[in-house]
Amino acid sequence: MIKRSVFQARFLPYFLILPQILITLTFFYWPAFQGLVNSFIRSDAFGGHAKFIWFENFLALFRDPLYLESVFITLVFSLSTAFLAISSGLFLASMANRALRAKAVIRTFLIWPYAVAPAISGILWLFLLHPSFGLVSIFINKWFGANWNPVLNGNDAMVMIILASAWKQISYNFVFFIAGMQAIPKSLIEAAAIDGASPFRRFWKITLPLLSPTLFFLSVMNIIFAFFETFGVIHTVTQGGPGGSTNILVYKVYQDGFVGLDLGSSSAQSVLLMSLIILITVLQFRYVEKKVQYTG
Amino acid sequence: MVEKTPLLDFFTYLFLITGIVIVGFPIIYAIMASTLPLEEVSKVPMPAKFGDQFLVNMASAWERGDLGTQLFNSLVMASGIVIGKISVSLLGAFSIVYFDYRFRKIAFVSVFCTLMLPVEVRILPTYEMAANVFGPLQPLWDFLHLDGILSWIAQNEIEVDLNWNLLDSYTGLILPLVASATCTFLFRQFFLTIPEELCEAAKIDGASPMMFFRKVLLPLSKTNIAALVVIEFVYGWNQYLWPLLITTDPKMKTAVIGLQNLIPQADDIPEWNVALAAALIVMLPPILVVLFMQRWFVKGLVDIDK
Repeated sequence: MIKRSVFQARFLPYFLILPQILITLTFFYWPAFQGLVNSFIRSDAFGGHAKFIWFENFLALFRDPLYLESVFITLVFSLSTAFLAISSGLFLASMANRALRAKAVIRTFLIWPYAVAPAISGILWLFLLHPSFGLVSIFINKWFGANWNPVLNGNDAMVMIILASAWKQISYNFVFFIAGMQAIPKSLIEAAAIDGASPFRRFWKITLPLLSPTLFFLSVMNIIFAFFETFGVIHTVTQGGPGGSTNILVYKVYQDGFVGLDLGSSSAQSVLLMSLIILITVLQFRYVEKKVQYTG
Repeated sequence: MVEKTPLLDFFTYLFLITGIVIVGFPIIYAIMASTLPLEEVSKVPMPAKFGDQFLVNMASAWERGDLGTQLFNSLVMASGIVIGKISVSLLGAFSIVYFDYRFRKIAFVSVFCTLMLPVEVRILPTYEMAANVFGPLQPLWDFLHLDGILSWIAQNEIEVDLNWNLLDSYTGLILPLVASATCTFLFRQFFLTIPEELCEAAKIDGASPMMFFRKVLLPLSKTNIAALVVIEFVYGWNQYLWPLLITTDPKMKTAVIGLQNLIPQADDIPEWNVALAAALIVMLPPILVVLFMQRWFVKGLVDIDK
């Protein structure tokens, strides 16, 4: 789309867009292309003897039990994080939406975790769930008689990074749900109330269906968050351990590439992640377009 | 409220307060820990009270984590990203919306394609790029025998080694994160809603394009810019993977990265009070920005991801 009335200038528009294009080419397209090339090449750790090997890096990944385990771990981690963060956000937002008088105050108290870095969120939760000092772990051990130890037990470590990641993401979801709820026409809710629908029924039959675009959007964003932006949580708290039990895909790319110096495999993993992101983006835009046609 | 439901209202507020307490608990507990001396913080369980060692722990954290340097680095990085991103995308969006030129569509699509590609999925090649930004140009340079041409011009033997290293520099921390389609897209959407008449009037009055940009578009974009300042400041301050990769010099580390050195490991003295004091200092700036610019923050968050 463009304006009907535009300016006439020969060089100015190119000059204006130049910084953006240069940075995009240098730091997006060239690295993406380079990554693609590297994923088809086998080279030793010192960069010599590059050999073109078609899809062998990819095939090796699909045969590698460690990679498949990492895929599984990532799915469990991202789905649980998204579910926990979205349901808490929705619950708090629907409560806050009822509390008309205190809405601004409540929002202030609930939005600040958004500003906490994932790595710091990890530190806070590590302290709460620490096997020897953590307050929460003491209660878990006492009440459930479990031997809680996220430093040694893989499942406990997974629970810890899920809590740390979801906690930070609640505010994000809260803000979107509140905005979505405020966009629902009051008249709909009032009409349903006059027809005798209880607040619960109104929530299930009116609010929630009308929030479904927000819900869909947030599911995508939360899963992307869990896939990529939780790197800081993993790196500060578990470093992929214990025994690879929290080694999510992004962390594995980093480990194989920067620590293991396995260029080919790391690039192939990057390419797979990139394809996944592109797929998600396309799906999301398809969905958004559909929604626009439906309402228009 | 549509009807009177006192019982439900009671539970609403009860759940809300519980929710706020649960969400705030990790921080409250961390604040408690940061005010206690080492003997108390390493008790099991830690006594739930506020001590008087807050300033002592803060000072200790400040010194041991070299927080002065690191907070300064974080500040430079975050503000660099904010200023860079907003100016680059304002100009880009202005070019795409208000001019008609041959490569306009291609420019828009090529920027738009990078909308969702986070730095995390292309870390190795981007790192190589940062190690030498001119790397890709070297083969071209050699292919064209520009060395020879230069030598001929200067009548001297010249060998040019194209090298621009961004590792351990502010430019390296900032520049790769400045390119972002989200901001450009947001400004484009906003510019499209500005009435055509404004541009026509400006043209009739004989304003140049840049004059129109400065006197009309910039003032109109104020709220959008404020919203992006909040979002991008938080984004820049909280970056993890990129600064971790490209900084090896301790003097260039950002604050969020530096925190990891303070976390007590298995065999260390469990100085959680110091580690948490440092964590509190480091998380404070973005929290303050979000709370004080709350109105713009909420608007920006909801607008950006539409």
